[in-house]
Amino acid sequence: MFRIKNLIRSGSGLARLKHTLVVVEHDNQKLSQITLNTVTAATKIPKNETVTCIVAGTECGKIAEEVSRIAGVNKVLVVDDANLNGFLPETVAPVLVDLQKKNNFTHIAFGSSAFGKNLMPRVAALLDVQPVSDIVGFDDENTFVRTIYAGNAIQTVRSKDPIKIFTVRGTAFEAAKTGSSSAAEVASAEITAKGSDQAIFVNQQLAKSDRPALNAAKVVIAGGRGLQNGENFKILYDLADTMNAAVGASRAAVDAGYVANDLQIGQTGKIVAPELYIAVGVSGAIQHLAGMKDSKTIAAINKDPEAPIFQVADLGLVGDLFKEVPVMTKMLKENK
Amino acid sequence: MPLRILVGCKRAIDYAVKVRNHFISETKFNLNNAKIQVKSDFSGVVTEGVKHALNPFDEIAMEEAVRLKEKKLASEVIAVSCGPAQSQDVLRTALALGADKAVHVEVPGKEYETLQPIHVSKILAKLAEQEKVDLIILGKQAIDDDCNQTGQMTAAVLNWPQATFASKLQITDGDKEATCEREIDGGLETIKIKLPAVITADLRLNTPRYATLPNIMKAKKKPLKKISPKDLGVDISPRQEIVRVAEPPKRQGGGKVSSSEELTERIKKLGVV
Repeated sequence: MFRIKNLIRSGSGLARLKHTLVVVEHDNQKLSQITLNTVTAATKIPKNETVTCIVAGTECGKIAEEVSRIAGVNKVLVVDDANLNGFLPETVAPVLVDLQKKNNFTHIAFGSSAFGKNLMPRVAALLDVQPVSDIVGFDDENTFVRTIYAGNAIQTVRSKDPIKIFTVRGTAFEAAKTGSSSAAEVASAEITAKGSDQAIFVNQQLAKSDRPALNAAKVVIAGGRGLQNGENFKILYDLADTMNAAVGASRAAVDAGYVANDLQIGQTGKIVAPELYIAVGVSGAIQHLAGMKDSKTIAAINKDPEAPIFQVADLGLVGDLFKEVPVMTKMLKENK
Repeated sequence: MPLRILVGCKRAIDYAVKVRNHFISETKFNLNNAKIQVKSDFSGVVTEGVKHALNPFDEIAMEEAVRLKEKKLASEVIAVSCGPAQSQDVLRTALALGADKAVHVEVPGKEYETLQPIHVSKILAKLAEQEKVDLIILGKQAIDDDCNQTGQMTAAVLNWPQATFASKLQITDGDKEATCEREIDGGLETIKIKLPAVITADLRLNTPRYATLPNIMKAKKKPLKKISPKDLGVDISPRQEIVRVAEPPKRQGGGKVSSSEELTERIKKLGVV
C-alpha cells in the first residue's frame, strides 16, 4: 500500500514538466523594464524547465530580437498583427488563450504593471483559472507568496488550478541580463489576432521626463503635502538632478494637483524598492508605506517629529524642507 | 434608453485601520484604531471586532453610478455584495449613497474565507444577465486582498469590453458607448468601449459624497434581496488554499540625524549617489 502511494506520488511529479510563458510588455519600440524582472521570476519557479516569451504587437520584430537576447529565455514566439494596436485586452487576451491551448504552458507570468494588471485577469477568467496578483516569491511551483492589506501581512497561497497565472512584483526580482551573445529561437506563434469592435484605442497622453523611471531608479525622492504646491516640487527636481534620482509623490500631493497621477507611490500607485528613498514632506500613511517600505535605505525630512515616516526611516531629519533640501542640493553639487 | 447599472460593494476592514501595529503605534496618526493582527495560528488576520466599511474604491464606483443617474443617463442603480450577513451593512451604506436597490449574495463566514475574484466575477456576470444591466462599475481593487482582478474577470466571463483604472467616464453616442480616460504607468490613456461594458474606478474618478442622515433613514426602506450563489448556479468551491498569513519582516527605523549636512554625508556614504 505504502509503495503504491509512493509510486502514485512520484508518477504525478513526473507527469508534466514545467514550462513557463512570460508575456512581454513593450510599446513596439521599447521593451518595458518589468519584463526583465518577470523573466527572472520565471527562471526561479521551482522545477521549471523552459521559459518562452510571447511578443504580441504591431511591427514588433525589433522587440522580439531584443527579447531573444535576454538571459534565461529559451524561445520567443511572435504575434505581429495590426489588430493589436493599443494592446487592448479585448484583442490581446484571446491571442494568449489560443497560444495556451496550442502550447500547454504550466505557468503564465505577467509583470505587475498597469498593462499586466489589466490583461492578466481577463486571460485567467477565459481559461477558468483563479490567478495570483503581484507575487513576491514562491514556496514551490504551485505555491506563491504575496502581500495583502497594503503590505501589512504576507500571504502564502497554493493554487489548485492546472495552470498557474500570476503577475510579478518587479521590485521583488532582479532584472534579467540583456544583450546576451547567444540568441534564443524566434518563431511565429502562428496565431492571428482578431479585431474587436468592442473597444477602440483613442490615444495616450504620456508624461515626458528626462529623469529615470520610478521603478528603475536607484534613488527615488518623493514629495508629499508638505511641498504645499506644484511649483515647490522644483526643489525636489533640483535635488534629484544631483543624484540621478526619480521623483515620486504621495497620494496627498497627487490629489492636491501638485504632480501627475503616474508619480504616485503607494498601495494603489507604484511600488518601488530603490537603494535609497528620500521622503520629503511625506507623513507616511500606511497606504504610502505599502509602496516604498522595501527600499534599502529610507531617509525622511519632515518638520513634524511625530510623523509616522520616522518610524521606518533609517535617516530621519526633523526640519523645514524648504531650508534643508536646498542645503543638500548645494552640498551634492559641490561634490561633483 | 437610460442605463441600468450594477455596482459591486465589498465590505473590507476600514482603510485607516492598521493591520499590524508595529510601526505606527502610539502616534497621533493611530486614530484610536482597534489593533488588528495576524492570527497566532497564521490562518489570516483578525477581523472580529474590527471596524469595517465599504471598500473605498467601491464608494467611488457607487458615486459615479449615482452621478450618471442624476444626469438622467441611468434609470436604476443596483448595489451588490457577496459575503456574510454583515455585508448588508455596506449595502445599506450604498443605498444611502443613492443606490435604488440592493442584492446580498450570502456567503457564510467559513466559505467566504476562500471566496475569490473568480467566484465573484461569475456571480456578478449572472446577476448582470438577470437584471439586464448595461454597465457594471466596480472599484479597481479591494484594499484587503489587493487583487485587482474582479472587474477584468467579470468582463471576460460576460465577453464584454473593459475600461480599468478609469479616471474619467463619459457616456457617448447616445447611450451605446463609453469614453474612458484610464490611469496607466506613464500617464493617461483614452479608450472607447461599446456598452454593455465593465468599468473599474480609480481614485481620481470622483470624490464620493457622504451619506446624509435623512438618506440613511430612507435607505432602511429600500429593497434588499438576499440570494445565494447556488440560486445563481455558481460553484464557489475553493481554487486556492491559504497556506499561511504572516507578519512582514520588521524594519528597524527610527534613526535620526541632526542636520542636512549630516544627512548628506550619510547619503554619500551609501555609495549610490
